[in-house]
Amino acid sequence: MTSTWLAVLGAAVLCFAIKLLGHLVPEHWLAQPRVARIAGLVTVALLAALVGVQTFTSGGAVVVDARLVAVGVAAVALALRAPFVVVVVLAALVAAGLRALG
Amino acid sequence: MPAHPLPAAGPDGTPEDTGRAAARTRVIRQAASVSVATGVYGVSFGALAVAAGLDLAQTMALSLLMFTGGSQFAFIGVVGAGGSPVAAVATAGLLGSRNALYGAAMAALLRHRGPRRWAAAHLTIDESTAVAVAQEDPVMARAGFWWTGLGVFSLWNLFTVVGALVGDALGDPARWGLDAAAAAAFLGLLWPRLGGRTAQLVAACAVVVALALTPVAPAGVPVLAAAVVAVLVGWRDPTPRLGRPAPGSVTQGDAP
Repeated sequence: MTSTWLAVLGAAVLCFAIKLLGHLVPEHWLAQPRVARIAGLVTVALLAALVGVQTFTSGGAVVVDARLVAVGVAAVALALRAPFVVVVVLAALVAAGLRALG
Repeated sequence: MPAHPLPAAGPDGTPEDTGRAAARTRVIRQAASVSVATGVYGVSFGALAVAAGLDLAQTMALSLLMFTGGSQFAFIGVVGAGGSPVAAVATAGLLGSRNALYGAAMAALLRHRGPRRWAAAHLTIDESTAVAVAQEDPVMARAGFWWTGLGVFSLWNLFTVVGALVGDALGDPARWGLDAAAAAAFLGLLWPRLGGRTAQLVAACAVVVALALTPVAPAGVPVLAAAVVAVLVGWRDPTPRLGRPAPGSVTQGDAP
């Protein structure tokens, strides 16, 4: 089994275990404001970091390229309440278009 | 699951029954629209997973077995950036941590045991929780949870396969702007969660930390390090601005 398969299955088991944990433990354990606050903010931090890394990095270096324009267009589309799929396709079109133009 | 578990109450039904039936129709319609809207962007997940170097079976396994969109996108993001498998698993797990909170709220609502509880746990995601807590009546909340969970699960997996096949046919991901599409996908998942000042601050700090660490840390680690920002801020901040999923508070669902 390759390491990618191990990671896929390991991550799937972990994510299911987290869901099941919520269903099994007494509700008040997880209902504390601090726990809820940290869980919410961890989600925000990880997604924001992924936006940053996916937009500005390439092979371990910080770079600025067509992706920045594409993500800017995506942000405008999100502000205008465009559906998720439209936002993603729009970003791809902008980046692909800019690269085709050189 | 039966669409009409209520016994028929005569040819016309009592007014209460017709009210119930109308409420049920409304819940199912809500569940269907959420399922379609969410399921369709399984296409982007499938295409991006293949672009990140996963094969069709691995991509399908993620949607079938992990089934929590934010974690799935994060997993392929870390793998695609050349991160270690451990970093990919850790990032996916951390992003899935909010599902434990949803699970606690849904367990209190559903009160299932055995296999049904396991099935409910697997279907516990942003969307099923959001539709459930949006209902005023517990019976409708349960219906909303199951219809949305099953609807998103079916369509998300179907469209994942479509996306993976399309992505495979495209070839070089960068030529088609798929790297930018991945960034936009993360932004789309983040956007509805940026309501509060605290969230905006944490997001900004997370980007700075991740980019500052990128040249010096192995791929995958900068993203994980950003989570530390959230723990530090969340530990100190006394104002519960990002509430637990109590009724009405889980409205930011944009990922399965």
